[in-house]
Amino acid sequence: MAAADAATADDAKDIGPPARLPEESARPENGGPENGGPENGRGESGGGFLAWMLAPERRGPLLVAPAVGILFVMNIFPLLWSFGLSFFNFRANRQDVPDFVGLRFYERVLTDDKVWERFQTTALIVGSSVILQLIVGFCLALLFAKIFPLRRILLMLVLTPMMLSFVSVGVFFKLYYEPTFGLVSWVLNSFTDESFVLLATPAGAIAGIVVADAWMWSPFVMLLVLAGLVSVPRYLYEAAEIDRASAWRRFWTITFPYIKSLLLLAVLFRTIETFKLFDIVYIITEGGPGDATETIAVYLYRMAFQFFRTSQSSALAYIVLFVVIVLTNLYLYAVNRRAQEMQ
Amino acid sequence: MTAVKLPRRRREIGKGGWRHTAGAAVVALIYFFPVLWIILTAFKTRTDALAIPPKLFFSPTLENFKSVFFRQSITAGSSQETEFLLYFFNSIFIAGTSVLAALIVGTLAAYAFSRHPLKGNDTYLFIILTTRMMPPIVVIIPIFLMFRITGLAGSYWGIILLYTAFNIPFSVWLVKSFFDELNPEIEDAARMDGATERRVFFGMCLPQIYAGLAATFVFGLILTWNEFLFALLLTGVDTRTVPVAMARTMGGEVGVDYGLLAAIVTLFLIPIFFVTFLLQNQLLRGVTFGTVKR
Repeated sequence: MAAADAATADDAKDIGPPARLPEESARPENGGPENGGPENGRGESGGGFLAWMLAPERRGPLLVAPAVGILFVMNIFPLLWSFGLSFFNFRANRQDVPDFVGLRFYERVLTDDKVWERFQTTALIVGSSVILQLIVGFCLALLFAKIFPLRRILLMLVLTPMMLSFVSVGVFFKLYYEPTFGLVSWVLNSFTDESFVLLATPAGAIAGIVVADAWMWSPFVMLLVLAGLVSVPRYLYEAAEIDRASAWRRFWTITFPYIKSLLLLAVLFRTIETFKLFDIVYIITEGGPGDATETIAVYLYRMAFQFFRTSQSSALAYIVLFVVIVLTNLYLYAVNRRAQEMQ
Repeated sequence: MTAVKLPRRRREIGKGGWRHTAGAAVVALIYFFPVLWIILTAFKTRTDALAIPPKLFFSPTLENFKSVFFRQSITAGSSQETEFLLYFFNSIFIAGTSVLAALIVGTLAAYAFSRHPLKGNDTYLFIILTTRMMPPIVVIIPIFLMFRITGLAGSYWGIILLYTAFNIPFSVWLVKSFFDELNPEIEDAARMDGATERRVFFGMCLPQIYAGLAATFVFGLILTWNEFLFALLLTGVDTRTVPVAMARTMGGEVGVDYGLLAAIVTLFLIPIFFVTFLLQNQLLRGVTFGTVKR
């Protein structure tokens, strides 16, 4: 959504003022905010405060208020709270009065070599998983971009992994990878004589997690790409056929521009979500072998709920949030620039 | 890009015959296989579930489904009801209410962001998106403390409010993109003709983005249905959702009972599968517009 919005946000700015004009010119007819009579459909109560509240210029804030209110209470306030905690020495499992330590925890987190390793692990898992999701999702979308018999039902089969809980995907993929009872191991063992233990090596464990996550979320990418593919006007292909453009060229000049913004959108959403990946990793490998698959989310969980370093984990969490915001901004910047180049 | 154009756009998709169906069926079945295996496991006895080599053909049993709802007590013969019926109700009630609430609140906000921009519109939108990016573990300690102080912990209200907040960013961004895609000139024309703002919103804008709203609902439902971490910490005995209850069956001295777990997963899949199936056309159409260039 962000990609498309970043692109349309600029459009909105361009058409913004003229779009608002009629509203302003209509205001005198409606009798203005002070004496909002019943004829404008809003001021039936006629009360001073209500009429003031419902005035056209307060319409935007009024409509946004419930959403922002709920978000403030449930997200932003706790966020600020934990931001405060990150400056104090506080442990959730002790009763001590927290004492102010300033930036000490930020310093400790930033100089921690482990944190860098965790970031690298996370980047590796996120990168490979998102790329795999894009490839698989794209191929699935190509397959379903036509009308054919039983399409509805087959599409549902492909969408199902997305509807499973992380817990069940984690537990059952762990079972599939199991060296003795597992399906995957059984299939692979029939080719080689050596017994196959996927999760024992760092590379294997990472592959195991990436496959499980990509399997679960490729349908999401497919839905977005499918939306793009379906929206390509048919006449463009017909024109290309008359021009005898090659399939490769047809793809890059016709199809790709239509799905590009959606692909970028898919990358953004899946990157942010995979960055938070916790349940699957925790269930399948618990971060092992060693700490080969300990992502930043698992590390955070350990720090907060196993070692009860509440403040230090808050500090780390803020650094993580900062990284995600920077990534998002870079991404939005790239999208905006491309949108301007296109014009 | 008005609603009038949409049906024509749908028919522009290419057609494939039964040969295409055969190809797609093979791919879909391979993709579906891990789920199929879970469903098969639900019908297996304990020994079949962990047989070496894995069994594709076996004599099915309904024992696992029975033990989801009835626990065999140690003194043989008598069986005791489990609370799973309540957990299923909780999951449906909590997810349904909060996604619907987020959709309503989010739609109002999205309309404002799209049609009556505030000062610092983009900043608000960015902050709203940011709340979605935060790793949930960060806010969970303050939320936990907050819920304990206000007594919201373990109540329906608390978890519904939290899930509503969880769904708002997604709803706002998605629905806003649908509103942006509509033609504001038509609305302005209607306003000139004396239509009230309420008429414009309910009579003109909402009907045009109906498919988009349905798509947002399904996406929100899928994301909320399986939420685990918050539910684990913030629901009580009476408000426990199925994912939490599912995880609790895994402990114990005998290890994971895969048959029982598979039965719960299968049962839990049915409602969301059904809703998605019913709204599938809206889902596909919903993601199509709003996100596509004019």
